[in-house]
Amino acid sequence: MKLQAGLLAVVLAGSLVACGDSGGGSGDADAAAKARGPITIWYSNNAEEVAWGKQMVAAWNAQHADQKITAQEIPTGKSSEEVIGAAITAGNAPCLIFNTSPASVSQFQKQGGLVPLDSFPDGKSYIEDRSGDVAQQYKSTDGKYYQLPWKSNPVMIFYNKKAFAKAGITTPALSTYDDFLATSRKVVAAKAAKVAIYPAPSNEFYQSWFDFYPLYAAETGGKQLIENGKSTFASDEGKKVAQFWRTMYQDKLASPEKYTGDAFVDGTSAMAVVGPWAIATYKGKVDWGVVPVPTSSGKPASEIHTFSDAKNVAMYSACKNRGTAWDVLKFATSKDQDGKFLAATGQMPLRKDVATTYADYFAKNPDYKVFADQASRTVEVPNVANSITIWQTFRDAYSKSVIFGQQDVGQALDEAAQKVDQLVKQS
Amino acid sequence: MRRGPLTRVMGEHPVGTAFVTPYVVFLAAVFAYPLGFAVYMSFHDYFFAAPGAVVDRPFVGFENYVTVLTDPAVQRSFVNVVIFLVINVPLTVVLSLGLANALNAAIRWRTFFRVSYYVPYVTASVAVVGVWLFLFNSNGLVNSILGPLAPDPSWLVNSKLAMPTIAIYVTWKQLGFFILLYLAALQNVSKDLYEAAEMDGAGRWKSFLNVTVPGVRPATTLVVLVATVTGANLFTEPYLLTGGGGPDGASASPVLIMYQRGIEQGHPDVGAAIGVLLVIGVLLVALIERRFVGREED
Repeated sequence: MKLQAGLLAVVLAGSLVACGDSGGGSGDADAAAKARGPITIWYSNNAEEVAWGKQMVAAWNAQHADQKITAQEIPTGKSSEEVIGAAITAGNAPCLIFNTSPASVSQFQKQGGLVPLDSFPDGKSYIEDRSGDVAQQYKSTDGKYYQLPWKSNPVMIFYNKKAFAKAGITTPALSTYDDFLATSRKVVAAKAAKVAIYPAPSNEFYQSWFDFYPLYAAETGGKQLIENGKSTFASDEGKKVAQFWRTMYQDKLASPEKYTGDAFVDGTSAMAVVGPWAIATYKGKVDWGVVPVPTSSGKPASEIHTFSDAKNVAMYSACKNRGTAWDVLKFATSKDQDGKFLAATGQMPLRKDVATTYADYFAKNPDYKVFADQASRTVEVPNVANSITIWQTFRDAYSKSVIFGQQDVGQALDEAAQKVDQLVKQS
Repeated sequence: MRRGPLTRVMGEHPVGTAFVTPYVVFLAAVFAYPLGFAVYMSFHDYFFAAPGAVVDRPFVGFENYVTVLTDPAVQRSFVNVVIFLVINVPLTVVLSLGLANALNAAIRWRTFFRVSYYVPYVTASVAVVGVWLFLFNSNGLVNSILGPLAPDPSWLVNSKLAMPTIAIYVTWKQLGFFILLYLAALQNVSKDLYEAAEMDGAGRWKSFLNVTVPGVRPATTLVVLVATVTGANLFTEPYLLTGGGGPDGASASPVLIMYQRGIEQGHPDVGAAIGVLLVIGVLLVALIERRFVGREED
């Protein structure tokens, strides 16, 4: 019994640790860059994106019988990034993934999992011609593009018109922090909703992209969390944003408790901070309006920046027929396919002049026009090594001080900035 | 006596060895190799890389262990898991033995109760977590019943109550499995012993203490060990129930931190160091438990 029990403990405890290794070879990169033939791609499992992906693949395959695309949704996991990281390590990543998070690019790059798109003769020029100045935010620290900026979901404030009407608000004042707080108090006092707004209070590294970061981008006129190798968020602007959210939590206008479901759709909150992808989920459920995120001084809408919530396309080093993959990438992000993507999903292609390029679409869908305007002023997560660790460090400090009020907000940001600066230096 | 070549390789009972071999191979491939590899990773600047990628993974000695042991989040997670085990393991033993004993008696609706206790164990955590979120949030059923006695902040966002709530949740969820273990063990306790105890004037409580408890001691050893090892593996509940180990890391477990550092943040070397420390910790706790709980078998 003693031996068996000891063995059982070793066996079960052994399951605590993971393993992984690499081996094999990637072949000649130059030859692969010119090679053509069948390829595989992955896209998101969002229903609208799947519909777009299927038509794009069908259109390509109809004209390229010898270079067919096999497409599938990204396999299920705790997150897409985790699945992609595992696929890179296993050497079975597809050629292209139309759902690559910019925050994970530095990690995938370190793993040797990405193909620099500059390695194609027209790679750099295609990206910069299509996206304009916005493209610069997606360059890696070595100056190369390991991702093609594909589409953004500029984060804005959605409000429930019926809930606001119940609180006696017809034209919501939400442009300054004082306005936003006053409107929130009015909505909650009138019991039009349990809380004014419900950003996810959980501790995942990416949650700050949907509470702190959009308002920080707006307050600073477009600053990233890290610039020139140093954190920027422990500034006066950063502390103002954090203090604003602290007041929202302290006054019970936002909730620190995890919510299962969509609080905005359910009517638990009167506002949501989200991008245009969510419009499809609100259809027939919420009568919504949208405004830019607030700033302390109430900047005019035309000057407000926000978080892009972009997802990009990257080419993975396991790809053998990279010549075909590059052609597919250009085909899928052509003016025609970007227009189809916009029509199918309501998400903004990351190309310059979206509003004028697809003027017909925005004339027919005026709800989306404000997002097209906002798309020209978006801020991306910084493309630096240790990106996820940096965001988790920030989230831990934000969670402790802003959401749970267990530390002074300013002190928490100062301490987090010191840690983040160390992490940036390690890269 | 001269031993043949088959006996030399396969031992005195070659058929038995042949039957055991597939499981030994399975253990070696699925548990022993990863464990050994994790130890290797923990002593190197290791990260996962694409096949064929030229990467440098130098030996770094105890650097990853120093990183882990000086990380306040990791320290907190180990304290948290100790809190969890101190609540979860005794509660599991007491409740599962008590309920198994009750279910072993000829009571009405016995099958219904047995199924009721087992259903949470076989239900996916993701589904059950949703119910507990509903029960324990500030406007949930539990607080509605407690009224003015409800804690503020509420259970799952209260840094003092989050981990105990998770410990109770896990106890409830796994109870069915441990009740089954005890039910099986109870079938082996001789009826003669109960009759002898009765003749000696022992009541039901004294019979339980002096016949049942010693009679199921091997099962108790197993329950304690399994509850400890699965408790040390705690991940799903802090990941889902308290939104990533909140509030402020008060319910973060070592495995959750391993996941964050090793998988999300791309530092499997640091994750492996946490894992190795956890394995050592679990083995030590298991040995201590064996010494105290299983002493009469030795």
